[in-house]
Amino acid sequence: MSLLNKEEPLTLDTFVRGIWRENPVFVTVLGMCPTLAVTNSATNAISMGLATLFVLLCSNVLVSMLRKVIPKEVRIASYIVLIASFVTVVDYAIQAISLEVYEALGAFIQLIVVNCIILGRAEAYASRQTVVNTAVNSIGTGIGFTLALLCLGVVREVLGAGTLFGVRILPEQFQPWVLMLLPAGGFFVLAGWMLLIDWMNHRKERKALEQEGATVHGQ
Amino acid sequence: MNTELPVQVPVESPTVPMIRTLGLISLICGFSVTLAYQWTKPHVDENQRVTTERAVLAVLPEAATQKAFVLRVDGVAPAAADSPPEDVVYVGYDADGRIVGIAARGASRGYADLVHVMFAYDPACQCINALKVTKMNETPGLGDTVLKDPDFKRNFEALDARVNAEGTALANRIVTVKHGTKREAWQIDAISGSTVTSKAIGRGLDRSAQRLVPLILRHLAELESGGR
Repeated sequence: MSLLNKEEPLTLDTFVRGIWRENPVFVTVLGMCPTLAVTNSATNAISMGLATLFVLLCSNVLVSMLRKVIPKEVRIASYIVLIASFVTVVDYAIQAISLEVYEALGAFIQLIVVNCIILGRAEAYASRQTVVNTAVNSIGTGIGFTLALLCLGVVREVLGAGTLFGVRILPEQFQPWVLMLLPAGGFFVLAGWMLLIDWMNHRKERKALEQEGATVHGQ
Repeated sequence: MNTELPVQVPVESPTVPMIRTLGLISLICGFSVTLAYQWTKPHVDENQRVTTERAVLAVLPEAATQKAFVLRVDGVAPAAADSPPEDVVYVGYDADGRIVGIAARGASRGYADLVHVMFAYDPACQCINALKVTKMNETPGLGDTVLKDPDFKRNFEALDARVNAEGTALANRIVTVKHGTKREAWQIDAISGSTVTSKAIGRGLDRSAQRLVPLILRHLAELESGGR
């Protein structure tokens, strides 16, 4: 994770790193409680992802705006108060949009307050970077988190209930793997995705090394 | 040898900037939360109303209209937004204003959390003739079989809820019994493998019916006139 003390230039990497190279779920393994608890359906996964993205973006932009006036002695208290306020806003918004989703996500909406991704980004990035950089980075990280939850939610819902976004996609004869809807299923699917992503990264590195070797030998 | 210790200059905490910053942040946060509450409150209330209306319609499908009342020992009053949910009954009327059934809420602790139900009471047969689980977080594949199991649903086609001679409570407590041992009309046949949830539903029904059914019968005339 970036721990830059000076302001970095805005590049494509500012946005993309949170999606792939520093993906909060698959790479830095943060925010595991909501990842395992609410990804039993694609709808829940995407709702939690978007709620976290909103809180991450709003709180980190404010942290960045106020970074020069927040004394270091009260910085964590300030971040927590900001995060908690935006979580309350999200809590009301989800209740207003859909009570069904609100009840499905349960206490995990309020628990966004203690999500390490948000506090981690505030401390490691937003408190040191410009507002624009912070906004771009927060959106990237939020999208990375949402996509990761969606990856889990899709697999768990399809295998655990035979549906996707509530629409049946597997035949009625399919016997659902109920285990996939339980927390244990979350661990299995998470492990599967992490294995796949790690294998893809290793293959990419190996190819790069082989190409480097071929260039050296070709000289 | 010089034994003098170096003079330590106390590092002062920036008290005023700390208070100023926390005050500013509290102001921003308070404003945001208040604004969000004001904007979302009408939508949240509307969502809750629609959800309740759907649950009532699910147990009273013949109702053309429905009205909510608060039942108390001394009388009946139209329900308000802040009325305690456990005191509220939803009376379903047909097109002619006759009562088709009365819905009420019940809740009891299941395996993971409270199991909330909406049930329909028919004063004509003095029985509970429909039930819908409105909210629960029971284990998928085990506790949630109460939502689908047709045998379990049959328990609520005519579950005995007659009142005692004094009209103060149910003549027989509604109880959930082990699967296959139901003998009486006021018993609920549990689902094997989902006993805790089945019992929670039975307890929730009994607790609510014990209190509300005697009041419904006492104030039935007032509830009937409410439809006209």
